[in-house]
Amino acid sequence: MASIPDDAICRTPPDEAPHTITRVVYRHTLPLRIMHWINAICLLILLGSGLQIFNAHPALYWGQRSTFERPWLSLAAIQTHDGKLHGVTTLGTHRFDTTGWFGVSQMHGQSTVRGFPAWATIPGPQWLAMGRAWHFFFAWLFAINGACFVAYALWTRHLTRDLVPTRRDWRGIGRSVIDHALLRHPKGEAALRYNVLQRIAYLVVIFGFGGGVVLMGLAMSPRMDSVLGWLVDAVGGRQSARSIHFLFAMGFIAFFLIHIFEVIVTGVGNNLRSIITGRYAIETEARDETDQ
Amino acid sequence: MKLINRRRRFLRDALALTGAVALGGCDKLSETDWAPKILDSATGLSHAAHRALSRDAMAREYGEADISPVFRANGSTDPQSAEYRGLAAGGFRDYRLGVGGQVAHSLSLSLDDLHALPNRTQITRHDCVEGWSVIGQWTGVQLSRVLQLAQPTRQARYVVFRCYDAMDDGSEYYESLGFDDAYHPQTLLAWELNGKALPIPNGAPLRLRVPRQLGYKMAKYLRRIDLVDSLKSIEGGRGGYWEDQGYQWYAGI
Repeated sequence: MASIPDDAICRTPPDEAPHTITRVVYRHTLPLRIMHWINAICLLILLGSGLQIFNAHPALYWGQRSTFERPWLSLAAIQTHDGKLHGVTTLGTHRFDTTGWFGVSQMHGQSTVRGFPAWATIPGPQWLAMGRAWHFFFAWLFAINGACFVAYALWTRHLTRDLVPTRRDWRGIGRSVIDHALLRHPKGEAALRYNVLQRIAYLVVIFGFGGGVVLMGLAMSPRMDSVLGWLVDAVGGRQSARSIHFLFAMGFIAFFLIHIFEVIVTGVGNNLRSIITGRYAIETEARDETDQ
Repeated sequence: MKLINRRRRFLRDALALTGAVALGGCDKLSETDWAPKILDSATGLSHAAHRALSRDAMAREYGEADISPVFRANGSTDPQSAEYRGLAAGGFRDYRLGVGGQVAHSLSLSLDDLHALPNRTQITRHDCVEGWSVIGQWTGVQLSRVLQLAQPTRQARYVVFRCYDAMDDGSEYYESLGFDDAYHPQTLLAWELNGKALPIPNGAPLRLRVPRQLGYKMAKYLRRIDLVDSLKSIEGGRGGYWEDQGYQWYAGI
């Protein structure tokens, strides 16, 4: 997808420097664009419904079983003498007052005891059965869409050509880190190929987070555990699987925030157009007309 | 220019639609009649996939060191009906498990009758639909042994469990299993937890154990077992108390 097809549209805007031209390149193929948006919708719904399911027992443990008195993470509520509810988040041995966000938050103008707030869960009110219905439907869609993406990326060489870092990429990793830190992004032709940090991020998110979150989801199923015992034991038990499933979900949030940030700083209109219509504009030096 | 404008409008609409569907729309869709049915179709897919992949595989059995110090009790923990209170006061000596419906032989089994059948002890994990897990040691008779005594007719397709505990809406708890789960070797009618008579909070005197499904399938305070050909005419028609509240009948996930 980073290659420039022959049918790239060329035009020279009259108001720009005479030596730059804006070229519009067909960057993302239709199947990739469709799969991107299915994936985005799936992740949003899986996250919201996942937090709904989490809220049914807002505590996480390591091991085969729940050690109720010792969760490594819990979003709980306490009531003080004046009758006021306070949200208390416990992370390891640290306790934080997170009233309004975690443990206790506002719903219909009332302080309500719940892990994650209503605006973050699907459905909004506490409704475990419905949260599960949303989650398992979109889990299938997410997994099927993900499998289609991997097959397509292998078949079209999108994976090997655009995502796996080259040797040169690895050598330039230090420079890429500095460039990212300074928000210095490649322009022109160079913007068409994914940089090394981008490649690593995509691979980690697709195969690490994506594959991992599905496997940890399966490891939570008591029926699937009858054949996935090795996997459950490999991560330390079903409650560990539940914790890791949650951490992958948090990983997706972190990726999402960075992804949106990069989309904005590298030109939100151009990026959005390219992932919706496929067309991406780059500024290039004017070349000999015979090239075109 | 026209094309660019149209494209911009499309961009904006696509974004707005995505946002609306993904967030606000989900609550509204949850309230409709049709959307939850579509969502629920995934459960059938999960059940078929799980059946194909795991067949009769056994649930993991743990060691004594893995047993939870306290086996958390959820849902009903102390049935209040006069009938149940009376049985409990007598140490369940007068308890009888009825087995009927589409069977060749209706049964009425006392705890002594059940104890006399070949029994099985297993240390298995109990996963609640809420997300937590506890591990306990269970002793009981395999449901398949009781079914062999009763001999289900050819029409029978489900095993329905009727219970003593009344729920918030006044109805009594019930659950059901298909034959693949009912005849699984680890599916027990259990009377002992961690080497002691089953405590009342955990379902005394007899409860179901189906370790490859979630806790709500494992009916406590069993009153009787009925073999039926369809679940439609029973209570809400979805095969269980929680199923009638919208939970999935297949609870292996």
